Formats: sequence, structure tokens, C-alpha cells
Amino acid sequence: QDMQEKEPITPERAEEVKLKAKYPSLGQKPGGSDFLMKRLQKGQKYFDSGDYNMAKAKMKNKQLPSAGPDKNLVTGDHIPTPQDLPQRKSSLVTSKLAG
Amino acid sequence: SHAADIISTVEFNHSGELLATGDKGGRVVIFQQAQENKTQSHSRGEYNVYSTFQSHEPEFDYLKSLEIEEKINKIRWLPQKNAAQFLLSTNDKTIKLWKISERDKRPEGYNLKEEDGRYRDPTTVTTLRVPVFRPMDLMVEASPRRIFANAHTYHINSISINSDYETYLSADDLRINLWHLEITDRSFNIVDIKPANMEELTEVITAAEFHPNSCNTFVYSSSKGTIRLCDMRASALCDRHSKLFEEPEDPSNRSFFSEIISSISDVKFSHSGRYMMTRDYLSVKIWDLNMENRPVETYQVHEYLRSKLCSLYENDCIFDKFECCWNGSDSIVMTGSYNNFFRMFDRNTKRDITLEASRENNKPRTVLKPRKVCASGKRKKDEISVDSLDFNKKILHTAWHPKENIIAVATTNNLYIFQDKMN
Repeated sequence: QDMQEKEPITPERAEEVKLKAKYPSLGQKPGGSDFLMKRLQKGQKYFDSGDYNMAKAKMKNKQLPSAGPDKNLVTGDHIPTPQDLPQRKSSLVTSKLAG
Repeated sequence: SHAADIISTVEFNHSGELLATGDKGGRVVIFQQAQENKTQSHSRGEYNVYSTFQSHEPEFDYLKSLEIEEKINKIRWLPQKNAAQFLLSTNDKTIKLWKISERDKRPEGYNLKEEDGRYRDPTTVTTLRVPVFRPMDLMVEASPRRIFANAHTYHINSISINSDYETYLSADDLRINLWHLEITDRSFNIVDIKPANMEELTEVITAAEFHPNSCNTFVYSSSKGTIRLCDMRASALCDRHSKLFEEPEDPSNRSFFSEIISSISDVKFSHSGRYMMTRDYLSVKIWDLNMENRPVETYQVHEYLRSKLCSLYENDCIFDKFECCWNGSDSIVMTGSYNNFFRMFDRNTKRDITLEASRENNKPRTVLKPRKVCASGKRKKDEISVDSLDFNKKILHTAWHPKENIIAVATTNNLYIFQDKMN
């Protein structure tokens, strides 16, 4: 009976095993196009330019209601502007961990 | 402190007298070295703020619903030709040429205007005088002289001024363009690695630089750990490299992380032009331009992180882009790490040192104490264990004075300037 000597696992491989244990559906090719597309699409934000321009026009004509105790609360007839949008962490259509 | 204060680039000018920083808020701050005090021969001049200006503003691309960050990605100085200084600064999409000039006199004694600018009633003018220049408090003015826009679909990562001092290149993830400093309405595309089908995309351009002496030669690095050297005399579109620098990989060592950590975050030619240095996630490599198949020197920056790659992938730190730099004589190379540590490698003595940029040892004239990270096992006194490292404190940008042993190190929000002890 042949007992094969177990090859010591490199630290990098050990880390890979750890990662795959946490995220079993992780794809085989991390350097593939999904991963790179995420890099190329940095900065994507979505908003309605029609709403934005209407809000800009409206703000010129009337004062904004004075901010209450919670200045960050955006409600009522305040149309969202790009500046109001929370920083959206760029994400793939599928998460990088979903392979 | 505000996110806008995050320093995103640091660069000395050609004489080392000026040091420019760019930040996430689109501002440029220039520091100037004070004139050497002849009586205090053991201290070089300190760097004080010389000029501050808003280089880039945030923009919104409505067509693509893209926010264009004002963050300054790179600053490069032009060599000084006259009294004014010129630099190129770039964000993700637009490069600007800035003129920084001093004004220390102003004209006084106009005939038709009062000193405050109001026009005099011409009928009250009975004599004529010649206006003269009188000294005034120094004013440093920055004005945009050229705006190079609309040439990059993807995000600009590098700009590099050619040794002809007339042209420069700008590189984004997939393309490199060549510009003439005088011409803003067109640029030449010299590298295009965009595949016809984006599904086939396998690598992106991470950095590019012109050779310091050969005006026809430039290099660009990739996310796969390769460097291509191109000669613009060979063809108009340099898609075929003249040289390909790549270290062969041991297939038995390959892992999920291999390609990510091999991605080159910075490439810099030595001042001599004979070598180039690349920075990947864990190491710094020196390449001889005459040898493509492997680097001539490899320095481990923080090898202890190799057994932490899983968590560094989860917190995105594995994608951090560290820069690297040479000292003036190309004998020492420097790069940053985590926990506000930075590393220097002496190529001749093969000694290396780890130092920390922090407020504790920021007192003037304090000699920096070397640091040591304990990778495993029993931690000695004064050592820091890997698990205690603060991965939010990263030093991505460092610069070395072109002539003297003065270095600039940027932590997230602060700039540190260190110089070597003079006897």
C-alpha cells in the first residue's frame, strides 16, 4: 500500500481554501472579464436627468424648506440630485463572490 | 477630516524646490523649499505652502449617467523654461496644463485710473506721468493654460511627459494617447488593447511612462503582471510591443489570488534609463531593459500578507494601488505599505528598512525608529503583529527629491516630509 507524502500547502493556497469555504460559488477565473468590467465601470451612478433639471429650475424660483433637525432627510418635493445620492459602491450585475 | 483631503498624488519638480500634492477634492497644493539658511548649515530649507488651487471640479456625464470624480490621479511637472512653472494634472477624464507664476511688483501711477481702479475724470488730468513698477507682497497665481479633454472613454491612470518636452502620453485602462502640449483638440492613439468583444477582455493597462532619455520609447504595465516596451518609430499604433517583460510563474504555486497580486500598480524608469521598477501587491521588482524574462532584483515589501490574502480580498485591500520611487542616484527604492509604514531598499548593500509616518514621531529632528512586523510566533518587544496592523492606514504615494535625501510620504490625510540626518 503506497502512502504518498502529503505536500505542504502554500500559504496562498491555504488562503484560497479559506475563501472558497466562505463563498462556495466563487468563480474559477477572478481575472476574467466580470472582474475587469467592474474596474472599468467605476463611478456609475443612476438618476433621472429629467427630474434633476426640473429640480434645478424649481430651486431657482423658490427657497428650499429650511432643514429640520435631520439635515440629511430628503423627503417631500425635494427632487434627488446627483449630489444627494449616497455613494454607491460599484457592484457587478452579479456579486464578485457569486462567480 | 474630510474625504476631500485624501491625498491622491505627490510629485517633486525637476529641481526638487517644489513639491506638488493632489487630493480627492480636486485641489493641488504646492510646497516650496525655503532658501537655505547660510548660518544654519546643518538644516536644509523647510517646505512651506507656496500655492493652492482648485484644479478639477466634479462633473456629470448625463449621457452615460456617470459621475466624473474631481480626484487628481497624477501630477507631472514640466522642466522649467522661464520664470513660470508648469505642471500637468489629471483626473479620470481630463488633463490640464497649469501655469504657476509669481507676481512681486505691480504698476502704479496710471494717468486715467486711480490706484483702486476707478476711472478718473479725463478733464481733471493736467499732467502726464509714466507708470512705474513698485514692489508688492509676493502673489503666486495658478492659471489653466491648456485643457486636454474628451480623449478617454475609460479612467486615466497615468500621464508622462516625453524627454522632448513637447509631447506627453496619457493612459487609461485600455488605451494610451499621445498629445502635443500646444494642441488640445486632438491626440494620437498609440496603444489600444480594447478587444472587439468586451467579453474577451482579459487584462487592462495599469500604468505607463516615457523613457527618460529616448523620446521614442515608452512602457506600459498590465493587470496580469506584464510590462510592454514600445518604440513609436516602429509603427503609428504600438499594439505590437518591442519587448515583453514577464517573470515566468511556477504553475504549482498558482492560486485564485495569483493574478490579482501580480497586477502591477506602478512602473517607474530609473533616472539612468537603464532599469525600470514595478510594484505589484507584495513586492517591488527591478528590471534590466536588456533582460525580458525575469527581473534582476526582487524586494519583498510585506510578504507576511501572503497568509492574509483571504481577508484582504474581502475588505478590498488586495486591490490597493501602491506606487514606488527611486532616489536621485538610483541606489535606493521606496514604497509604501499598511499601518502607515513605508519601506526602503538599498540596492547596493541589500539592506532594507521599515519606517512609520505618524504624528508620534513627527517631532522635528527626531530620528525615525525602524519598525518590524512579527509574522508569526512569539512577538518580540517593539514588534507589531500582523493582526494588529491597521489596513486603513495605507501609504500609497511617496516621492523622493531628485537630488537630495528628502522624501515626501503621504498618509491618508497628511503629508510627511523627512530628510536624512546631516552631521
